[in-house]
Amino acid sequence: MAAETPQRPRPDRNEIPVLEPGHTFGTVTDKISSLVLVQPYNWRWMAGFGIAFAMTMMLLVAITYLFVYGVGVWGVNVPVMWGFAIVNFVWWIGIGHAGTLISAILLLLKQEWRTSINRFAEAMTLFAVACAGLFPLLHLGRPWLFYWLLPYPNTMDLWPQWRSPLIWDVFAVSTYATVSLIFWYVGLIPDLATLRDRASNRWARYAYGIPAMGWRGSARHWHRYRTAYLLLAGLATPLVVSVHTVVSFDFTVGIVPGWHSTIFPPYFVAGAIYSGFAMVATLSIPLRYFYKLQDFITLRHLDNMAKVMLATGLIVCYGYGMEAFTAWYGNNPYEMHQMLRSRPSGPYSHTYWMLIFCNCTVVQLFWFKWFRTNVYAVWIIAGIINIGMWLERYIIVVTSLSADFLPSSWNMYHGTKWDYMTFYGTIGLFLALIFLFIRFLPVISIVEMRELVHEREGHDATTMTAHKGKTP
Amino acid sequence: MIDPMHSNGEPVLVQIGPLPAAPKGPKPKKMWRSLDELAGSEEFFELLQDEFPSQASELTDPASRRTFLKFMGASLGLAGVSGCVVQPAEMIVPYVKQPEELVPGKPLYFASAAPLGGYGVGVLVESHMGRPTKIEGNPAHPASLGGTDAFAQAEVLALYDPDRSQVVLHNGRVSTWDDFLAVITKARAERLAKKGAGLRILTETITSPTLAHQLRQILKTFPEAKWHVFDPVSRDHARAGAVLAFGEDVEPIHHLDKADVVLALDADFLSWGPARLKDARQFTSRRESVDGPGVNRLYVAEACPTITGAMADQRLPVSASRIAEIARAVAHGLGVEGVSPVGSNPDAAWIKAVVDDLKSHQGAALVLVGETQSAEVHALGHAINHTLGNVGKTIEYLPPIEERPGDGEGGTLLDLVEAMDRDEVESLLILGGNPVYAAPADIDFAKRLDKVPLSVHLSLHEDETTVHCHWHIPEAHFLETWGDIRAFDSSATIQQPLIAPLYGGKAAVELLEVVLNGSTKSARGIVTAFWKDSKGKDQSDSDFDTFWRETLRIGLVADTASKVREVTLKGVANLEWPQGGSGGIEILFRPDPTIWDGRFANSGWLQELPKPLTKLSWDNAALLSQRTADRLGVKAMGLHGESDMVSVVYQDRAIQLPAWIMPGHADESVTIHLGYGRLRGGTVGTGSGANAYALRTSVTPWIGVGAKVFNTGESYCLATMQHQQTMLGRNLVRTATVEEFRDHPKFAQEPDEHLSREMTLWENPDPQLRRQQGEGNAWGMTINLNTCIGCNACVVACQAENNIPVVGREQVLAGRNMHWIRIDRYFEGNDTVNPRIYHQPVPCMHCENAPCELVCPVAATTHSAEGLNEMTYNRCVGTRYCGNNCPYKVRRFNFFEYADHKTPSLKLLNNPDVTVRSRGVMEKCTYCVQRINSARIASEMEGRTRVGGNEVETACQGVCPTRAISFGNMNDPEGDVAKLKKSPRNYALLAELNTRPRTTYLAKLTNPNPEMKAE
Repeated sequence: MAAETPQRPRPDRNEIPVLEPGHTFGTVTDKISSLVLVQPYNWRWMAGFGIAFAMTMMLLVAITYLFVYGVGVWGVNVPVMWGFAIVNFVWWIGIGHAGTLISAILLLLKQEWRTSINRFAEAMTLFAVACAGLFPLLHLGRPWLFYWLLPYPNTMDLWPQWRSPLIWDVFAVSTYATVSLIFWYVGLIPDLATLRDRASNRWARYAYGIPAMGWRGSARHWHRYRTAYLLLAGLATPLVVSVHTVVSFDFTVGIVPGWHSTIFPPYFVAGAIYSGFAMVATLSIPLRYFYKLQDFITLRHLDNMAKVMLATGLIVCYGYGMEAFTAWYGNNPYEMHQMLRSRPSGPYSHTYWMLIFCNCTVVQLFWFKWFRTNVYAVWIIAGIINIGMWLERYIIVVTSLSADFLPSSWNMYHGTKWDYMTFYGTIGLFLALIFLFIRFLPVISIVEMRELVHEREGHDATTMTAHKGKTP
Repeated sequence: MIDPMHSNGEPVLVQIGPLPAAPKGPKPKKMWRSLDELAGSEEFFELLQDEFPSQASELTDPASRRTFLKFMGASLGLAGVSGCVVQPAEMIVPYVKQPEELVPGKPLYFASAAPLGGYGVGVLVESHMGRPTKIEGNPAHPASLGGTDAFAQAEVLALYDPDRSQVVLHNGRVSTWDDFLAVITKARAERLAKKGAGLRILTETITSPTLAHQLRQILKTFPEAKWHVFDPVSRDHARAGAVLAFGEDVEPIHHLDKADVVLALDADFLSWGPARLKDARQFTSRRESVDGPGVNRLYVAEACPTITGAMADQRLPVSASRIAEIARAVAHGLGVEGVSPVGSNPDAAWIKAVVDDLKSHQGAALVLVGETQSAEVHALGHAINHTLGNVGKTIEYLPPIEERPGDGEGGTLLDLVEAMDRDEVESLLILGGNPVYAAPADIDFAKRLDKVPLSVHLSLHEDETTVHCHWHIPEAHFLETWGDIRAFDSSATIQQPLIAPLYGGKAAVELLEVVLNGSTKSARGIVTAFWKDSKGKDQSDSDFDTFWRETLRIGLVADTASKVREVTLKGVANLEWPQGGSGGIEILFRPDPTIWDGRFANSGWLQELPKPLTKLSWDNAALLSQRTADRLGVKAMGLHGESDMVSVVYQDRAIQLPAWIMPGHADESVTIHLGYGRLRGGTVGTGSGANAYALRTSVTPWIGVGAKVFNTGESYCLATMQHQQTMLGRNLVRTATVEEFRDHPKFAQEPDEHLSREMTLWENPDPQLRRQQGEGNAWGMTINLNTCIGCNACVVACQAENNIPVVGREQVLAGRNMHWIRIDRYFEGNDTVNPRIYHQPVPCMHCENAPCELVCPVAATTHSAEGLNEMTYNRCVGTRYCGNNCPYKVRRFNFFEYADHKTPSLKLLNNPDVTVRSRGVMEKCTYCVQRINSARIASEMEGRTRVGGNEVETACQGVCPTRAISFGNMNDPEGDVAKLKKSPRNYALLAELNTRPRTTYLAKLTNPNPEMKAE
């Protein structure tokens, strides 16, 4: 609670609160739980889910076609043997970074503003990781043998080849997915209990009751819950850094010019947070609009998210700059060609300059408070950053491979309609899961919001010890 | 009750069937397991029976066991029925008498000869249990010397081609050989009554002694009959030139190993002509002789770059119609009698340097003239060689080897056409060839052929000519019937069959036998009878048998090479030189580098083989120089191979085809390769490219003047396999002139000298250590860029050896060709006018520090103790990471199920020693690991600790006509590879990446004329 120590001046922090005033425990609980329990299916949700579901079906068609005919239905070739699949994988994994960052790191840093977006961001993380996890499987030449990447006892007496970053990936991503899921679920337990208690429908009571695991809100429950949650936050924190670091090893361990660079791990992590926050902003703005959550997700949140985007965006741009500088300074002809000729002026230069525009130029608007606190501006800029981050991965994967060492083998790569269908299909899957999540689970942590209410309301009157041992 | 079985915990054995008779001798000791058994109580035996399923107890009853088996059989049979597939009856019968030498799993080799343009190249055909799978060169054959070319390599695919004609056709309907015999016998009787009037036979170029003998016999039996020869790629100009120069036809033999200076005037001697393989070997042998007789110097004047032009030390891009002018200027400069000065020439400096060089190498120089040039230029070439005193040294003459109707007998296609117009042709036999497709455009051959009352076509495919003939007879491939053929020096080879005709095809000799004698003798009988006759009547059967066996074994009929013929030059003063052309663009017709005149159009291997210079596959294009394309407003060679479609108009005929920029092409000149635009070329050949024959006339078969080229505004994507044409200053192909090499012998290694193998944090890889200690086997390869001519033979040889699939044009466009070895072609120079051209074959480098191995998550690609980078297909899951991380980009991926598992005939084609890869796995060059394994097994059986340095020959190495590829055990200091790796010219590609490749290159040397350096 360093931010709240009285001696620390907080000039304009209170201008926009993280929770609009006037809320009590009751109003918070009513509001958030009503989204799930009271509000009927409306046409907007139905339409949104319908579209997302249709896109998911398109994904199934694309996957079926892929499995029937082979990975050749995509645009991959020699030399560009990785295409959309890996681009999308890295993109989705990056998006999946915001959730754990918001939940774990910001929790440990006691950033109270995270409260109203963490549940939502965690869900988004899980769904993004699910989408990401599809691609390494789909892109295999023989996807039915994916389990050979796992170390399991087998009659061939063979283990995976541990030097390959792809094996590290398997562990990094699966660990991340598991910890994120547990973290999310543990955080949900008190809210599930609230929903169980408030649900009028018998089936809903069962549905929420079983996963609530008998939560009664006893002090012992709270004690264990707190401990577990903090431990999980501590466990998840290194994963935020490790996952994308390991993903970046897929590239840095390779000797391809444009990949083989030590700057990748930090700049990938920054890029992941960049895109993760952009996606949170992209989704939370319509959410707060349609579900009238402006009181909970305030402009303060947008402001903070924009600042994170600005900071990480600058790191990413520094990464782009250093890649080019190192290539020039290192005087390696292959790196120099890739960084100084192929990217800025080669056949993919339009993609490269669009990437620079999306990731480096537009984000500079966030230096201005007006843009940070303007809902439309944040939403549009976040959308542009999402596109920019996808283009970044495209540039890294495709342009590097398309022009490496022997000019004779250089070739262009373009996605086919099946590439696009798979990519858009995962967006559909992601949105469909988000829609289901909004409909069936509390999008904002009721428990933590109540804590926040307590904190806010009690702030003027009480001391810091207020939030010890409170019960809902 | 005591459970007898479980009482002691041991299983109970059941005797099935009647007890065997008690063995004689001492009575076996009685063993018992329980007291009940010892007592022999009935309960015990009942229990024994009941312990088992009811069926099992029946097994002890012979009668009911039979019933049981019946039920079993019936249910098994019904299981088959449920699959709804009638299994074909297959007989698996072992040899009662094992044929001598036939060991399952061990291939046998049979000598034969592969034909192209009528001339043969000696080959050894590999046969696995009766199926020919691979062709190797016959080292004993003068036209092969152990090497072959891409065409010969593709003959096995041609044999198994599922599109081959499989049945006798009569007016397009299925018929039988017997029906045909009835018709032909009647026609024969009619023709015989008229002394053969109306009987015409049209053949391609023939050197076969048997066939020629038969044809001459027919002309005797049917005195009024006529024999015509038509080949779209013939030696008509060379023959006419010889007649002009010497008054008789002679065929020159070039001794390129003795020539210090070679001038090639539009002569692509490395890829065209019956002696191309021998010429290539002799020519490249002199590229290496820095210390011996010196490196030769090649001057080439040509319009469209060829692989010969790419080897030139001084290449002059000049339009083909100006070659005559250059030849005259050279002849004049050398003082050839009767040659008048030409006048001003823009290339005077080049010509002067050439003349000076030729003059200073009299008797050790050679001037070659290409078939595309006129008879006059050929005559001039002979005169120049005479003046330089080259005859008898670098060039010799042989009596004509080609068999053809005598002069004045009217044996050309034009004579046939005239006869057709006069309705003199009653019965026409077309033996091979495809004249309807390939005949000059100004002769409407198809229309005339339709008027012939009886036409018979013998060919491998149902093609354009077939539909205009009454009868079509499927021809037997040379690998499935008997025949004979001569090489460039007249030495004959007996072609022996390796397999019975797959589709009951007939050989040309069998068809002619019907015409000649009305009999249906087999090809074997005909060929042996001819050779028996030629050996003389007094020879005994056993002598002939010995001769025959020995001839078949060696692949060469002894003492058939021609003796040199002395010729006297008639003088070239009276030659007539046509005046300059009528303006417009010059159009050049050239045989295609991969599908030749169209006869290989249905060969997937050859269609997919990138052309050596353009790297195009599956199409032909209008090749233009950059300047001409700019002037015409034509764009080509886009990022994806997209090119403007142009319309080429010549003498009121036009074809549309995509344009392609050919650096080094002469300006105002367009080259179109023959063989494409087939209408009935089979499933592979039909529809690709444009038919250049539609523009080619009988008067100007090779060079036409006055063509026009328009941009049609449409665009087309050409399937090219190389998009980037230059090395971008990277030190990939390392070259030096001979002088530079003498001054800096280590020029190729200097750029890498700062790289230390010892400066590493890690221990040297294990195989490397083993190699230093000289133990075991360490496989390595060197590729000599100095002798590689870029002929593509290795690419097809690898494809044949390693069951590499064909992927098709669409997949090549997508960048997914599967060749395990590719030949990179780079242009170097300041502009596209006259760049230097380099070829660099790139197989897997088998890096000791292989980047691919590190990144495979499932250990599907690993390193062997002998230094092989091995690919385990079964283990591959297809992440393709290895392919991305391979800096040489030699890994190939099965993006689809490329291998053909369905076509029955193509199953026979596969090399049984090599896995056929399935969808989703990576593959790449294995150094022909199957051959290494068989050599290792052989050496281990002999108790040797290592395989000899030259014991293993890879497919690419074996086929190479110039022996540019060496492979073997580097641990044997006597082996070629160990020696070559010590050469100062030896360098590794991308050595700075510390991949430590086992495949290394020998740098290229050039020998430019110092006087012409200013260029």
